[in-house]
Amino acid sequence: MARIHSQSSERPTVDSIRSVADAVRRRVLEHTLTNNGGYLSQACSSAEILATLYLRVMRLGPSDASSIPKPFAGVPGADNPDAFTGAGYNGPKGPDFDRFIFSPVHYALVLYSLLIELGRLDPNALDAFNRDGSTVDLIGAEHSPGHEVTAGSLGQAISQAGGIALARRLRGDSGRVWVFMSDGEFQEGQTWEAFAALAYHGLGNIGVYVDANAQQCDGPMDSVMCIEPLGDRLRAFGAEVHEVDGHDPDALAAPAESMAERDRPLVVIARTDPCRGIERLRERAPKLHYVRFKSETEFETYRTLLNQMREGIR
Amino acid sequence: METVQRPHRENLVRWAQSRPEVLVLSADLTASCEADGFRDAYPERFFSMGMAEQNMMGFAAGLAREGLFPFIHTFAVFVTRRPFDQVAMSIAYPNLPVRLIGFLPGITTAGGVTHQAIDDVALMRILPNMSVLECGDATDVESVLDVAQAVNGPVYVRMLRGEVPRLFDAGEPMVLGRARVLGEGRDLTVLSSGICTEEAMRAIQALRGQGLSIAHLHVSTLKPFEDPAIEAAIAGARLGVVTMENHGIIGGLGSVVAELMAEKGLGGRLIRIGLRDTYAHGASRRYLMREYGLDAMALVRAAEDLTSTQFDLTEEALSRVRLETMSRIDKTEDL
Ligand SMILES: Cc1ncc(C[n+]2csc(CCOP(=O)(O)OP(=O)(O)O)c2C)c(N)n1
Repeated sequence: MARIHSQSSERPTVDSIRSVADAVRRRVLEHTLTNNGGYLSQACSSAEILATLYLRVMRLGPSDASSIPKPFAGVPGADNPDAFTGAGYNGPKGPDFDRFIFSPVHYALVLYSLLIELGRLDPNALDAFNRDGSTVDLIGAEHSPGHEVTAGSLGQAISQAGGIALARRLRGDSGRVWVFMSDGEFQEGQTWEAFAALAYHGLGNIGVYVDANAQQCDGPMDSVMCIEPLGDRLRAFGAEVHEVDGHDPDALAAPAESMAERDRPLVVIARTDPCRGIERLRERAPKLHYVRFKSETEFETYRTLLNQMREGIR
Repeated sequence: METVQRPHRENLVRWAQSRPEVLVLSADLTASCEADGFRDAYPERFFSMGMAEQNMMGFAAGLAREGLFPFIHTFAVFVTRRPFDQVAMSIAYPNLPVRLIGFLPGITTAGGVTHQAIDDVALMRILPNMSVLECGDATDVESVLDVAQAVNGPVYVRMLRGEVPRLFDAGEPMVLGRARVLGEGRDLTVLSSGICTEEAMRAIQALRGQGLSIAHLHVSTLKPFEDPAIEAAIAGARLGVVTMENHGIIGGLGSVVAELMAEKGLGGRLIRIGLRDTYAHGASRRYLMREYGLDAMALVRAAEDLTSTQFDLTEEALSRVRLETMSRIDKTEDL
């Protein structure tokens, strides 16, 4: 299994990023089988985006959180010094380090699986997934590994990331703020208020990767509420926008590679396929949001598929 | 006890059939809020508004101004928190007949703090013109639409989804402003709402076995709160009153009962069972009910406190209590 630390000096190859992404898909499928349900199509669409962010785009130090996640220690409050966030899995905070803000937290299992592949989380960490009293939540909360803000009311994290980016600029940090978003979040008015403010305040130290899988709970986005042309809309709001193949690590990383100073937010719209890597899922379309296997034969089909995917890596 | 699968889903389709003025607005949670049956049966009356709750409230207000009856369907948190100002100004102020159907009340979801509506009753109750209803079983779910639709103004409905127990006789619908009197007694009065009623029924049956005399009322109208039977039951409680709700103790059933007791000068102690000024977190409903003290055992503890008695009741004993579907007290006396 691929174990690559993003802080390693040599640049990870496209093949190594792809193999991490495939391992993420396998692990999410495995847990979708164990839990009889899961956000599997989100792993298919976002695996390369998240792997590229961690392996090629973000400057992160090694995790300084415990590799077996700590149990829930209570909600934040003046009388609870024990409350924590899951940001430590993304390394220490420091002026030169980047920050990662994870917005569509129903993708949590995808992030946990990636953190495992990167050696930031123990492979057994998922034993606590969706268990009572654990922090490895089904819908990630700010205490969950890799998470830093409360984001499950969607479209709120981008504004919080804007505040963090503004504070970093005031401090003169060189590190940037990276935000991962889903396309459904572009239906919320707040997202557009955030982009107006990011552009108005000339925040060039923030970059947003969007998993444009064109899906949401009710089905294909164009059957629910259209957000296209997303690139043109964002450009009109003052962002620098790149639309790329969301399964191509080089194409995903390229827009972030320029270190030139920006005076506007960077957005990478990653056009993705919600069934990538698990072709079988296509027969379930348009119901892809939350995958639950209905019959024992279906279970068996996906179990066999998982074994084939495992054999494929030899 | 009988349970019913997705009672709202079928009921909404049946109920809306003869009411062409009824529309459903949805924010990308159509099947999760059991509005998919309506969408498929009456596509011309179903409007997908995308994941954009604030805007959806404004559209509902406009439709209502034009004589239509929009039934908003989304999770309770996304009805009451994010678009609060839109609900207050576009809907509640002009007293428009928008029906806000909010799902996943309190800790019934493992979705964590962002999905757990622990303040929705409080938020809706403080709005002038707003009425607030809560369902506790399948019979409530099947009759709440009639109750809401008869109100001249906006209504917030705290709805249940999925597998819902039938605690109350299907022939005895919810009535606006009338609690269900489930039992009479002199020592304590228990007022419960929502899913806490089932927990209360368990504890009360066990406590009666210990010789306590307990009045029990299931509250489904949280605003207006003017039921004379509630006032009488509170006045008649020798040792005190307990409220029990799947919600924070500030602003919900506990608060409204405290306000009533103070204003009417009904002396005596009140114990409010609910989330004690805290957020919750993602875990199973059973686990959270125990962690935050919303379960049958919490009511036993409250009864012990008010009676200064220790009851020898274990969780095991409480879970063994068998519940039957109940009729109102005037029909069955043996409770
Ligand atoms: C403010 C808000 N409204 C509704 C929801 C419920 N919800 C969870 S995911 C989702 C939409 C899913 O679409 P998208 O964000 O594009 O994610 P994907 O389809 O990739 O899973 C919705 C409506 C939410 N979490 N927050």
